[in-house]
Amino acid sequence: MSARPLGRFLRDRGARAALAVLALVTLACLIGPHLTGHAPERAYPDLRQLPAGLAAEPSPERLRAALDRIAFRMRARVEAASVSDGTLRLALAADAPIDRRSLVYLPRSDLVGPPRVVAAEDGDRRLAVEAPVRRLHFLLGTDVHGRDLLTRSLVAGRVSLLIGLTATLAALAIGVAYGAVSGYAGGAVDALMMRAVDVLYALPFVFFVIVLVVVFRPGLGLVLFAIAAVEWLDMARIVRGQAQALARRDFVRAARALGLGARAILARHIVPNALGPIAVAATLIVPRVILTESFLSFLGLGVQEPATSWGVLVAEGARSIESAPHMLAAPAVFLVATLVALNTLGDRLADALDPRGGGRRG
Amino acid sequence: MIGLVLRRLAEAVPTLFVIVAGSFFLMRLAPGGPFDLERPLPPAAMENLARVYGLDQPLPVQFGRYLAALARGDLGPSFSYRDLGVADLLARGLPVSLTLGALALLLALTLGIGLGGLAALRRGGPADRLVGLGAALALSLPSFVVAPLLQIAFGLSLRWLPVSGWEGGSPAHLVLPVLTLALPQVGAVARLTRASLAEALAAQPVRTMRSLGLPPGRVLRHALRGALLPVIALAGPLAAALLTGSVVVETIFGLPGIGRYFVEGALNRDYTLVMGTVVLVGAFVVLFNLAADLLALWADPRLRQAA
Repeated sequence: MSARPLGRFLRDRGARAALAVLALVTLACLIGPHLTGHAPERAYPDLRQLPAGLAAEPSPERLRAALDRIAFRMRARVEAASVSDGTLRLALAADAPIDRRSLVYLPRSDLVGPPRVVAAEDGDRRLAVEAPVRRLHFLLGTDVHGRDLLTRSLVAGRVSLLIGLTATLAALAIGVAYGAVSGYAGGAVDALMMRAVDVLYALPFVFFVIVLVVVFRPGLGLVLFAIAAVEWLDMARIVRGQAQALARRDFVRAARALGLGARAILARHIVPNALGPIAVAATLIVPRVILTESFLSFLGLGVQEPATSWGVLVAEGARSIESAPHMLAAPAVFLVATLVALNTLGDRLADALDPRGGGRRG
Repeated sequence: MIGLVLRRLAEAVPTLFVIVAGSFFLMRLAPGGPFDLERPLPPAAMENLARVYGLDQPLPVQFGRYLAALARGDLGPSFSYRDLGVADLLARGLPVSLTLGALALLLALTLGIGLGGLAALRRGGPADRLVGLGAALALSLPSFVVAPLLQIAFGLSLRWLPVSGWEGGSPAHLVLPVLTLALPQVGAVARLTRASLAEALAAQPVRTMRSLGLPPGRVLRHALRGALLPVIALAGPLAAALLTGSVVVETIFGLPGIGRYFVEGALNRDYTLVMGTVVLVGAFVVLFNLAADLLALWADPRLRQAA
């Protein structure tokens, strides 16, 4: 991209906004999971399907419910429970002496810290216990297993973005090489190569991808391969058109007359001069890849648990939309924001590169 | 003209062959077969099943048989639905998917051309910006996000429309699936119409007509004729996208169309059902592309001249 289209591109408010959104999402996905304070796989069984919010968990009601459950497992009853200054004061009672080792159930719930017995009566039939209450934050709520949705959405974003980038790079490599050779060679070679692309183009590809994924076990690698195998076709067509036009230009003819080989001409003259349209096409392939991946994952044919992606999370959210709509909202917002930003970026890039001076947006 | 139609038809043959061969060999490469159940069958029973379905023959023989049967319109028996042929299953699902697809196509074209046209006429104005934003959003909203939102809004909160089901194709059951299916395509058509109509309106012939004082309606009709050519060319891929999209839509809304049979067949390794679906969908895509080509040929004198 020469200086003027680049300047035009950077002055474009839409383009800058899209870039900012993308940078933000990427950065959040990269470092965010370390900052949320929850491991993506960490499940809090007592804090399932919490709505999004700023309040610290466990809330008094949820703590009480959890304590009743824990006491039952300890073969004891909760006589009284109060929280002050972040400390839980718990009075437990039972018909038989309470086994103090079973107090380990308390910290295992991840809701309170290590407990301390402050008083015992009746030969351990009544225990007074103190424990620090954890203050956990789930900004976007939790899922059906009580896992932090924000952390999971960010970790899922890593997978989705990674698939988007890698599959696009693969499609880019295949498509550019194929298209450049076809367009530069021309004649019968070109006709044959493009005929093959036409045939592949007419295939109902998503159906083939699904067959592929079912035939071999679903997983990240296969999803990547299947998507790249589909997406290179567009790139090949675009690059071929560019190469065809460039091959007739004087500087290419001069290079050929000077004895430069076909490979060198392709690498030094054809591909570099087609970089603009290639960049636009690549930018628009990324959202399509992410969409295809989430589509497959939604059907249960893409990324598999325990790995996750936005498609997986959206599918989980869609399944529990009646009881916990936030489970759909959180990953969907990330997914849609990224897709909108990428699509906008591609469009604005195309406008900036348009020699008519971005005239499409008048 | 007739020669051209025949040539296009002939060109569709290798595409169809690749579709049939591709789906056949892919499914046969698969580890695991249609009779792998949770509790394995005794080996003798497996052998019998394989013999009945011709799975014990070498692959080329099986492929030859399949092609021969296909030529007779026989898609073979389904492996997972006993007593039913694949052709029967697809014949059941096809009306559902076609109704869905046709309505979505209609909606995408009318709404898309209308909105895109409006944006082109009010270029740079608030209507244009709104359409542009809406189209970008429509293109980026995955159907599996839109569908649950529509379900919760119109089905669960407002209770205007049923959440899922088919019920013989009653209009109420069709609204949400068709909306979901059509939404991204409305965006695509609106964008294309806007871009190409805006270009046509700025082109020399239209400026000349305007300067000659022709009524705006006639000028617009003239500009639209040329501007809609790319939209016609989009109709082929559009139909293909609708068929693909119906896989998700049918799954979410519980519609008994071919998309759902396909997903079920793929998960159960029902070879013949999956192949049958792919061949059918492939044939439809080829057919739609052909129709779009011919339509473009009929509408565009330049193409006719070149041919």
